[in-house]
Amino acid sequence: MTDALIGQRVPKLDAPSKAAGKTIYGHDVRLPSMLHGRILYSRYAHAKIIRMDTSRAEKLRGVKCVLTPKDNPPHRFGYGKDNKPFKDIARSLRDEIAGVVATDADIAEEALSLIEVDYELLPNIFSPREALSEGALLIHPEHKSNLFQRYNYSHGDLAQGESESAVVVEEKFLLPYVSHVCMETSVVVAQFDHRDHLTLWSTTQIPFLLQRDLSEALGIPGSNVRIIQTAVGGAFGRGLDIYPYEPIAALMSRKTGQPVRVAFSREEEFLAGPARQPAEVTVRAGAKADGTLTFRDASCMLDIGAYVSWGTVTPLVMMETTASLYQVPHARFTADCVYTNNLITGAMRGYGNPQSTFFIETLMDRLAEALKMDPVNFRIMNANVPNSETPQGLVITSCGLKECLEAVAASADSARMNVYPERSRRNEGGRLVLSEVEGMTVTANIKPSPFNLQPPHIKRGIGFASTLNVGGGARIYRSDGCGATVKVDDFGHVTLVTGSTEIGQGSETALAQIVAQTLGVKIENITVLNSDTDIKPWDVGVHASRTTFIAGNAAYLAAVDARNQIFETAAQLLGVGVDQLSASAGQVTVRDEAGKSISLEQVARRRHFKEGGKVILGEGWYDPPTQLVDKDTYKGNISAAYGFGAQMAEVEVDIETGKVRVLRLACANDVGHAINPMAVEGQIEGGAQMGLGYALTEELIVKDGKVLNPDLLDYRLFTSADMPIIETRIIETDDPGGPFGAKGVGEMGGTPTAAAIANAIYDAVGVRMTQLPMTPERVLAALDEKEKRARV
Amino acid sequence: MKTLITLNINGDAREIYIDARRSLLDILRDELALMGAHRGCDSGDCGACTVIVNGQPVTSCMMLAADWNGAEILTVEGMAKDGQLHPIQRALVEKGGIQCGFCTPGFVMNIKALLDENPKPTEAEARAWLAGNLCRCTGYAKIIEAVMSVAEESA
Ligand code: FES
Ligand code: FES
Repeated sequence: MTDALIGQRVPKLDAPSKAAGKTIYGHDVRLPSMLHGRILYSRYAHAKIIRMDTSRAEKLRGVKCVLTPKDNPPHRFGYGKDNKPFKDIARSLRDEIAGVVATDADIAEEALSLIEVDYELLPNIFSPREALSEGALLIHPEHKSNLFQRYNYSHGDLAQGESESAVVVEEKFLLPYVSHVCMETSVVVAQFDHRDHLTLWSTTQIPFLLQRDLSEALGIPGSNVRIIQTAVGGAFGRGLDIYPYEPIAALMSRKTGQPVRVAFSREEEFLAGPARQPAEVTVRAGAKADGTLTFRDASCMLDIGAYVSWGTVTPLVMMETTASLYQVPHARFTADCVYTNNLITGAMRGYGNPQSTFFIETLMDRLAEALKMDPVNFRIMNANVPNSETPQGLVITSCGLKECLEAVAASADSARMNVYPERSRRNEGGRLVLSEVEGMTVTANIKPSPFNLQPPHIKRGIGFASTLNVGGGARIYRSDGCGATVKVDDFGHVTLVTGSTEIGQGSETALAQIVAQTLGVKIENITVLNSDTDIKPWDVGVHASRTTFIAGNAAYLAAVDARNQIFETAAQLLGVGVDQLSASAGQVTVRDEAGKSISLEQVARRRHFKEGGKVILGEGWYDPPTQLVDKDTYKGNISAAYGFGAQMAEVEVDIETGKVRVLRLACANDVGHAINPMAVEGQIEGGAQMGLGYALTEELIVKDGKVLNPDLLDYRLFTSADMPIIETRIIETDDPGGPFGAKGVGEMGGTPTAAAIANAIYDAVGVRMTQLPMTPERVLAALDEKEKRARV
Repeated sequence: MKTLITLNINGDAREIYIDARRSLLDILRDELALMGAHRGCDSGDCGACTVIVNGQPVTSCMMLAADWNGAEILTVEGMAKDGQLHPIQRALVEKGGIQCGFCTPGFVMNIKALLDENPKPTEAEARAWLAGNLCRCTGYAKIIEAVMSVAEESA
C-alpha cells in the first residue's frame, strides 16, 4: 500500500469545526417553540411523598405544566428495572419527584420552589454494612433484599496457593466516589411528533440500547423512538445508561406537544449524575520464594446507591484484574453490590479497573518488597504472555506487557539518574542505559529540579503498576456487534455509515482512516455518518474501549465489500482479472501493467448507468468471536483481544505538608497497532489526567447521602499547571484479530495511575496509602502513624 | 426591566435589549446565537466560556452583560479570518489538542490572550496562564504543545 494512512498522525476530522466554535453540542440544540424543563429533587434521602400541591407553580406565568408521579407510565426501567421517572417514595436525595415545563428555564426553576411537598420520613441507610444487617429496612421492598447482586468467582485451590506461599500480604482499601466531570453537563431535547414518534437529541453512548430502554420506560414501540446524538462534550461512561431525566423530558414533550429541553446545571450534574461506586476491599495475595505468584483473594463491598445501573456490572472487570492480571494460579473474587440511600452510581472509564488495579498492584509491590525483589523484574517474571489462556478463560492473543514494563523501567532509570543517582537499584553497578529511553515522546518539559537542590523535607520516589484491559470488545450484552455501510458515489466520494459513535475520542477519524486505506482514497474523500439511529446500523454502544476494534472491523469489512464491487466492475471494464487489481489514489490500477487504470468515480458511474445497474454499497457486520461469561462461574473469553500497559510514576512527597507532587508519569501501552498514534497518545494523556485525579485530588464528599462539594472549585480536577510530564510510549504487537492489528486503548490511560503513585509514595517515604484520593491529610496521617509505630 | 446596550462583537455593533440580570454568556448564547462560548459551570471555575472583552480574557458567565455597554468583545467565532482558522486554532487541530472540543473555544481565547500579552511564554508560564481552563479529555499535553508551536512560529 503506497498511500499508507494507517499509523499516521491524522488530525481529527471534526476538530476544525470544534476549533471554530461551530460544532453543535447538546446544549446548543434549539428547536422552534422549544420549552424548558426543570426537575424537583427530593428534600430527604428516604421519604414517602404524602402530599404534593402544584397549584401555585401551575399558576406562575410561563409555566406550561407540572408533572408528578401521577404522570408516570406504568413501566419501570433501568438495568435493575427499579426506576421510574418520578418517585412517590424517594430513596435518595437525587430522586426526581416532580418536573416543571415553562417557556424558559428560570421560570421553570422558580416554579419548582412553589411546589409544596409533605414528606413522611423513612429510616436512612447510608452504609452498605447497615443495609445488609439483620432486619434492615428494604430500600426496594419488591427486591426482598438490599443485596442486589453477589459475584462469586474462583479458580484453582486457594488453600493450596496459600500453602505454597513463602510470603503472604494482606491489606484493606477504601475507594471513593468520583465523578466523570464531563465538561458538558447532561442535556437532552425531546420532541414527540404528530405520529407519536419521539426524537431525542442526546449525549448518550448507547443510542440503540437507549432506544429500547426508552420504549420500555414510556410504553411505546421502539420503532417510534429515534435517537440523534449531538456532538458530546465528554462521556467517559456517563452515557452508558438510561437516566430518569430522559423519559422525563419525553413525558414533558408529550404533555405539552412541544419540544422540551432539560439541561443540568453543574451542581445538578454532581448531585444527580452517576458516580463511580465507592468500595471497601480486602485483598490477600501470596508468592513463592522465587517470586512466582501463588494466589489472590479479593472481596469487595460496593455501594451502588438507590438504583441499579450498568455500573453494577463493574465487578466483572475487577474480577478480571484480580484473576488474570499476571499469571495467578489460584484466585478468588467476591463482590457484593448493595442498595443504600446514597447517590446513584454508574459506569465510568475503566469500569472497575482503576479500582481493582489500585489494590492488586499495591499488593504486587508489597509482595516484591517482602521477597526483596525488584518490582519490575517481579512483575515481568509473572507477566501474561502472548498466545495463552488465563484460568479465567481469557484467551490472550497478542501481549506486550513485558515490553511495556521494560519501557517504563527504562524511563525510571533515567529518572533515577536525574534525580537520585545514588539510588540506582535496577542496574547494579550504577550503569544506566539511556538509549533505551529513546522513542519516548516527552510531551512536557517541566524539569524536576536536581536532586542536590532538594530541601530535606522533600522526598522522592518512583513506583510502577501495570494494567490489563479488554481490547477487542467486551461481551456484556448478548451482542457485541457493530454494523457499517460504505457507499461510493458518482464523484468518488465515500460515505461510511457506522453504528458506532464519536464521543470525542476520535473514532470517526480512525474509522475513516481504515476505510480510506482499504479503498485507496484520500481521507478528505471520506464522510462519516454516525449519529442517527434512523440512519445507522445497530451497535451496542461506545464502551469498553471497543470502537477501534469492533467498529473498525465492521468498517473494514464494509470497505472490503465495496472494494469487491469496485473490482468486479473495473475488471470487466479493463478486461483483466479481479486478482490483478489494486486500489490507490482514487484509481483502480492493474498491477504490473503501468498506466492501465480507471478512476473510482468512473467505475461507480459505469456500474449503475446501465440496464440492471447497481450502486457501490458495501456492508459489514462484526460481532467478535467471544462469549458472555458463564452466569455461575463467571468464566469465559469476554473479549477478542486484550490490551496491556504499564506506568511509572515519579513523585515528590513533602513530609511536612503531606503534599504529593507527581513529577513524571511514564506510560507504555500495548495497543496492537496504532491506527492514529496522535489519537492514541491523546487517550493515554487524557486518561492519565483522570488517573492522577483519582489518585490525588478527586473525591465526591458524601455525608448522609448528600454531596458536599458539588462544584468545580471543591471537586478538584488536575489543571494544566498540576500535570506532570507525561511520557507516552506505544508498543505494537499487531493483534491478529484487530483491524490492521489494532486493539482498544480508550480506558487504559488512567487505570494503573493510582497504584503507580501509591507505590512511588511508598518508595519515597515508606508509607502504604490504602485510601484514595491520597490527599495531604491522609499522607500526613500515614506518616504520623509510621512514626508512632517506629517509637514503640 | 430591559436595557438597551450595544456590544461590539467580532467587529459588528449589536444593539440589543437585555434583561439586566443576564450574564454576557447568556446574551451571547441565547440572544445572539453565538454558541461557541460554552457553559461548563456558570460559576467561573471551568473557563469554557472565556471570551476577550476590551483586550482582557474573561469568564463570560461571571459578567453581567449590562455592565459592558460599548465594549469590544472577541469570541471564538471572530478568530477565523477569510474562512481560514487562526494559527492558534490550526495548531490545536494539528497537534491533537482537541478531543470532545467542549473546552476548546475557551482555550482558543485564553491562548490568544496569553500570546497577546506574552508572545514567547515558557511552557511553565503557558501552563500557569491556562490553569483556569479545565479539560477532561486531553490531559492538556497536546494543548500546551499547540501553544508552544504557535509561539515558536511567530518568532
Ligand atoms: S462556564 Fe464560565 S467558567 Fe465555567
Ligand atoms: S477536549 Fe474535551 S474537555 Fe477538552
